[in-house]
Amino acid sequence: MVSATGVRALIDERGAEFEGYTFGFLDDMAKREIRRTILKAVAIPGHQVPFGSREMPIARGWGTGGLQITLACVGADDTIKVIDQGDDASVNAVNLRRLIAKTTGARETLTTGEATLIQSRHRIPEERMTAAQILILQVPIPEPLRHVERSVASARAMHAEADYARMWLALYEDVVRNGEVTAGAGYPVMVNGRFVMAPSPIPRWDIPKLNQADTLFLFGAGREKRIYAVPPFTNVQPLEFDDYPFEIEAFPNMSCRRCGATDSYLVTSPQADGGTLSVCSDTSYCDDVLAGRKVENQW
Amino acid sequence: MGYSSVRGGMDAIEHAEALIAAQVTDSDHPVALPQVTDHVELLLDQVMGEGGVYDLDLGALAVKQAEGDPIEAGFLLRAYRTTLPRVGYSFPSSGRQMRILRRVSSAFRDIPGGQVLGRTRDYTQRLLDFALRDTPPKTLAPAGDLDALPSGAAPEEFPLVIDTLRADGLMHEAPRRTSDDEPFDVTREPLRFPSTRAARLQVLARGETGAMLSLAYAGMRGYGGAHGYIAELRYGDLPVQISHPITGGPVRIGWVPVTECYQVVGGDEGAQHTHDGTEDHEHVQGENPEYVVSYGIVVGRNERKAISMSILDGSLKKTTKSGAAIEDEEYVMYHIDSIEAMGFVEHLKLPHYVDFVASVHRTSKVRELVAAARRG
Repeated sequence: MVSATGVRALIDERGAEFEGYTFGFLDDMAKREIRRTILKAVAIPGHQVPFGSREMPIARGWGTGGLQITLACVGADDTIKVIDQGDDASVNAVNLRRLIAKTTGARETLTTGEATLIQSRHRIPEERMTAAQILILQVPIPEPLRHVERSVASARAMHAEADYARMWLALYEDVVRNGEVTAGAGYPVMVNGRFVMAPSPIPRWDIPKLNQADTLFLFGAGREKRIYAVPPFTNVQPLEFDDYPFEIEAFPNMSCRRCGATDSYLVTSPQADGGTLSVCSDTSYCDDVLAGRKVENQW
Repeated sequence: MGYSSVRGGMDAIEHAEALIAAQVTDSDHPVALPQVTDHVELLLDQVMGEGGVYDLDLGALAVKQAEGDPIEAGFLLRAYRTTLPRVGYSFPSSGRQMRILRRVSSAFRDIPGGQVLGRTRDYTQRLLDFALRDTPPKTLAPAGDLDALPSGAAPEEFPLVIDTLRADGLMHEAPRRTSDDEPFDVTREPLRFPSTRAARLQVLARGETGAMLSLAYAGMRGYGGAHGYIAELRYGDLPVQISHPITGGPVRIGWVPVTECYQVVGGDEGAQHTHDGTEDHEHVQGENPEYVVSYGIVVGRNERKAISMSILDGSLKKTTKSGAAIEDEEYVMYHIDSIEAMGFVEHLKLPHYVDFVASVHRTSKVRELVAAARRG
């Protein structure tokens, strides 16, 4: 939060660049509504709370849900980090970060440990986040039941009744057809033993990090107009069968070509010579390992 | 290295912005905003309607800045609109108060007040007019003069054609307004289903012209639509009246041009519609069949969208559903919004390599299982 005098000071300090914007772009009524929605979401872990998602100056589907949460939470004394696929320098991450910084004066960082708010698309940082940090995940499809029930109204009723039979059936059919649950990114999870939740398209690698974390996770779907949350120290379990246990991605005999890490999620790029190049998707973690800094990455 | 993994995204963005700016301004004949308002009026109307802002200057600016892309221009208007406070609500306007510039009926040969063909391309021959290539300035009379009806030739207020049907008992009475509550505002509240009538009409009125045309066309070809009768298609200005801050009485603060379409559906088709889109007036077997209005209203001149809207409204009002997508409220209301559709479809341009790695891992796992099974 920032006081009125704080906004005045920001305008004085930053001049024309800040003038013409409300602090944090959103009007105060919108921020109030989003904060109330977040409070409700935290109170009912994993439950999707509808909100009056505003039209934003970036495209729908490009992080408007995460952005509205960030702008409703950020204060002038916050330090923000924005990553896309783990990367701070990705063009959309840069674009979001400069919009947040321009309209709030918040400090920017590329380092996971320095950030108070991290907005992310499709990754949870490798470095274990603390209770003093919030991770805000951008969500394309908030409804985990969408592929078994396309009607939003019907899916809402299924959640209310904790009727997840069709979800389990779909997983079972997947096993029958393919011998495996084939869901990769965005693996469905059960939150607090009550709500099935879409964790956003994070890889399986990141799913265990949601369970009993120190950190508050907020999920924002701007186009679909839903906010939901996983509060700290909440049980989050992937949907699995006893005889088909959930497993994360494995990178046997592989390491990051840049920093040499063997304990991070690697992304691969084809090379002109026909080979592949594997590097850490989390660029902050990669920088830390390269610089020889000690990072707590055990979630 | 790809565009996402390269360090220096900021540099790339700034160069992209410079290229865009150059495209908009670098020309021997830069576009002045009055050229947009005078000569690209239909595009401007579409942009203002889908952007949800009626402002000629802002709309022209958006069209220019977006290089004429109607969806991008509408997006610019919406992102601006969202920062504006809502200062109040106008009184409801009736089509009866419209200052008519065009008015046709296909259900009747003659209608009270008369048909007014007005400005339409419907009966022109679509031949490129090469004389327009080098139009000297000021050879065209100001359009406003041509539009104006001869004074005294037409009544002040035109009745609605559907009033005739109502008087004859062929159509349900207009639903009475049940409260003076603030209308549901789709820009401030998330949609819930079944939606309210106000929400449905707002979403349809802001919908993308092409998307609505496509759905309406599919409906007419048999996918759940109704081929109704256009009782009246009209274009003109509707008064905007607000409450006077001191007297509290209505005071007109301006006019907004709109296209309105009243289509009648039902009748001998078994009155399978509700008259106001809610379920509580479901037709009971044995009752007299009657017609209901399928309604379309669009900012500016956009008859294509107004008719499409009325077809979609009629499909959504059906109580006897065929199971077609355009009878499904969620299907129609979620998918005709250009800004949301464009954003999500085009977000596929964003990097997805983290997800793709996850997908490839699962695919490899299943391939291993298949190979193991084949080995026995």
